[in-house]
Amino acid sequence: MAEQMSDDDERQQSPPSDLDFTSNKARTCIVTGSVSGHSEFQSLYPDQVLENVLENVLHFLTSRRDRNSASLVCKSWYRVEALTRSELFIGNCYAVSPARATARFTRVRALHLKGRPRFADFNLMPPDWGAHFNPWVLAFAKACPWLEKVYLKRMSVTDDDLATLAESFLGFKELVLVCCDGFGTSGLAIFVSKCRQLKVLDLIESEVSDDETDWISCFPEGESHLESLIFDCVECPINFEALERLVARSPSLKKLRLNRYVSIGQLYRLMVQAPQLTHLGTGSFSPSEVAGQGDQEPDYVTAFAACKSLVCLSGFREIIPDYLPAIYPICASLTSLNFSYANITAEQLKPIISNCHKLQVFWVLDSICDEGLQAVAATCKELRELRVFPVDAREDSDGPVSEVGFQAISEGCRKLQSILYFCQRMTNAAVIAMSRNCPDLVVFRLCIMGRHRPDHVTGEPMDDGFGAIVMNCKKLTRLAVSGLLTDKAFDYIGRYGKLVRTLSVAFAGDSDMALKYVLEGCPQLQKLEIRDSPFGDAALCSGLHHYYNMRFLWMSSCRLTHQGCQQIARAMPRLVVEVIRSADEEEVYDRVQTLYMYRSLEGPRNDAPKFVTIL
Amino acid sequence: MVTDKMVDYPQFLNLMNKEWLVNHKVSEDKKLELRLGPPGEALDDNRNTTHGTKRAFQHTAETRTGEKEWPIDTTKNQCQKISCIEKIGDKVNLPPTPWSSGSTIYSAFSKDTKEEPQHSKASFFQNLPVSKKLAGMAEDFKQPCSPRMAVGEVQFADGKACCSLATADPDASTNITSNKRIEYSPVVGWPPIRSFRKNIASNSLSKPASSNDKDTGGKPENPKTQLFVKINMEGIPIGRKVNLSAYNSYEELSLAIDDLFSGLLAAQRDPSATQNESKAKESAKAEAGPLAGSGEYTLIYEDDEGDRVLVGDVPWNMFVSTAKRLHVLKSSELSTLQICSNEKEKAPFDPAVHI
Repeated sequence: MAEQMSDDDERQQSPPSDLDFTSNKARTCIVTGSVSGHSEFQSLYPDQVLENVLENVLHFLTSRRDRNSASLVCKSWYRVEALTRSELFIGNCYAVSPARATARFTRVRALHLKGRPRFADFNLMPPDWGAHFNPWVLAFAKACPWLEKVYLKRMSVTDDDLATLAESFLGFKELVLVCCDGFGTSGLAIFVSKCRQLKVLDLIESEVSDDETDWISCFPEGESHLESLIFDCVECPINFEALERLVARSPSLKKLRLNRYVSIGQLYRLMVQAPQLTHLGTGSFSPSEVAGQGDQEPDYVTAFAACKSLVCLSGFREIIPDYLPAIYPICASLTSLNFSYANITAEQLKPIISNCHKLQVFWVLDSICDEGLQAVAATCKELRELRVFPVDAREDSDGPVSEVGFQAISEGCRKLQSILYFCQRMTNAAVIAMSRNCPDLVVFRLCIMGRHRPDHVTGEPMDDGFGAIVMNCKKLTRLAVSGLLTDKAFDYIGRYGKLVRTLSVAFAGDSDMALKYVLEGCPQLQKLEIRDSPFGDAALCSGLHHYYNMRFLWMSSCRLTHQGCQQIARAMPRLVVEVIRSADEEEVYDRVQTLYMYRSLEGPRNDAPKFVTIL
Repeated sequence: MVTDKMVDYPQFLNLMNKEWLVNHKVSEDKKLELRLGPPGEALDDNRNTTHGTKRAFQHTAETRTGEKEWPIDTTKNQCQKISCIEKIGDKVNLPPTPWSSGSTIYSAFSKDTKEEPQHSKASFFQNLPVSKKLAGMAEDFKQPCSPRMAVGEVQFADGKACCSLATADPDASTNITSNKRIEYSPVVGWPPIRSFRKNIASNSLSKPASSNDKDTGGKPENPKTQLFVKINMEGIPIGRKVNLSAYNSYEELSLAIDDLFSGLLAAQRDPSATQNESKAKESAKAEAGPLAGSGEYTLIYEDDEGDRVLVGDVPWNMFVSTAKRLHVLKSSELSTLQICSNEKEKAPFDPAVHI
């Protein structure tokens, strides 16, 4: 699932990417040997040529980290790099202001912005905290009208922002909204109607209000340039006939992900129109109530067989498993399969998965049980990413998957790079086994759903399992821990997790030492999110040397006090230290409910709601 | 037991103390005494104290021969561990279990061992039931908490307190599992699953059986916890959704709707939204204050027969089960709408229904 890739999946080193303190580092670029000592660049002809050469060369530099490094060489390189940067990535929208960004990078074609911290997805923060797209779209509309692509994650976008996007950027081509909110179908309607060059509209895990506007009908008539239309998260009915006509006139359409209001009969009609699809989200994968009135069922198998380029399959939002055999023809070519909404059993999965030899990405529900996971392990030797979600996401439910399936996966899928696994029971032994069997692991996220749950066979904490992961998986950059964990686990992480960039901690640790180990031991740490763990002000202070290297630190329901946070704020002027209360709470307690702090060039933001105090 | 498998991974075992493993095995057969108390308290004190939010759990092992092992940990933490214990005057030979050491270290780093006010969660700690089996295994088990214990092994609930309470669940052996589970009240945002991934079980189960009305906008498939209905306010193009099952009375619902739309109205009035010239803004300006109190707006709903009914006419439960859409209309507009009170409309269709 390309859209789910975070920058942790890129294996690159990471100097600060959203801040540049270049004023201290600019040096004179010595060109002909005659201008040393001058800070101004002389406009001599040979220098002009050099700058042109530089510009042409730097155009080829695509990695943002390489570009950040290049910009630090000297003022000339800084300037040329800024002119040639076409993709601007800002990992925290509050780290830099739109004005500053547009002033430096004037020829940006693509903007990638991230807003809220991830824990906001789990209701750990009141809504309306911030991360508004509005000031960005307005600034870019004025300064960079040639912007073509916008990629937003966890930001608030209004209908008006969508209108601005469509109206101010004439060649606008791609909009991707991941985990965003604040807009509705009316905003979409305006957007699609005015964006004549639109190629990509991807709405992923976003909340879209139903204003009962038929936005699908608002796509302009005539041949469309659409290459990707993803709206599986839109929770309202759509005008199917309009969609069918749209698909019919979109010859370049490669990615289509339908929402659950599209029945399987309707899916058939669309597939017949678009056999060139590479990515398909099947919608509900069940018949509507109206169908089946003695009508002959369409030949779904043939429809799937006709899609010879199909490599990525998802959807199955309200699956009737009887229809699963329809996808048999394409199983052998699938590289990505998302069954994470399909409540199917192991028996229902086996005939499918036994043909998916090329599968690299697999998302599934734990309804398939350990037995289903064993079937996956038996066939999917190319598996790179596995995510197992719980059907019943409660702490005390019976878990259908356990260390048995986990270990089977580790033994069968040796090339595994990324795993997210929800379970109720786990053992250190299985985790250790995975650390040995899957040395390529980059992302390891294990969620034992019961809080403080130990190894269920030995009763010991899960320290050793996670310790083995950081020790043996030398490429690990992202780690999420769970279960009963003592300070020892964090000792291991600090000692061996030298490449870890993102760490998620919940209900773990015994004392400040745990946090100290991590802050002192992990030089690459950029994103640290902690909840309900006994870390206090002293632990917080132990990271002072590192906070400017981090994108953010989140600590909620820990043991921080206002004084402690105040100390940090005073010691580090370029850090914005936000103390967040729950929306109805008055500011009386000394204990800090939530701390969210991040480096920023701009100082305290001016759009903070009243439940946020910036120290 | 985990140790067999661990022996297969010698690389990792170098990190752990093999002898510790052996001793751990040995210890399971010994009877162990559990005591609780914050560091600094005399161990003879068997009172339950829950002051402070951190506790150190210590135990005395009855038979332990010449055990000096510690986990391989050459940092100064180890010395601190030892010295802490010595300070307390404990003659106990603590097995080098990782978490027991952790719990005594914090005094060096946190300032709050003694002055911390009693955490609200500490009282929760006291209320946990103790299974009989647990009580039987530990002689001196005073505090009504639940250390994790597996059959024949000793576990120590760790010293963390603010959120943490000894958990439930050592599923080690088959017969003890259900006894040991201790009910937690659910915590916000845990497990970390986004809301659109929840309720999958109910969605898929109800699908083949019933004929769902998807187009009503509500989600009748999952009546227990979620009953979202669309709500539109007159003059605001963006509708919202409210979860009727989250409220218990008309007053609560009314307040919630108030909150929902006042935020929206305020945002529309916001001058920084320069592009907003819809008439929604104008109507929002006309709105005086909270919706509920002003009487300027009226709440109506559409029931499952498509009729528009004034909210408040029927008992709350009946309203929840029949309401499919909600509308917030200006009171001045009511006369032009076809609104019927429930009694008049229902009678011709179903005279048998008692309202």
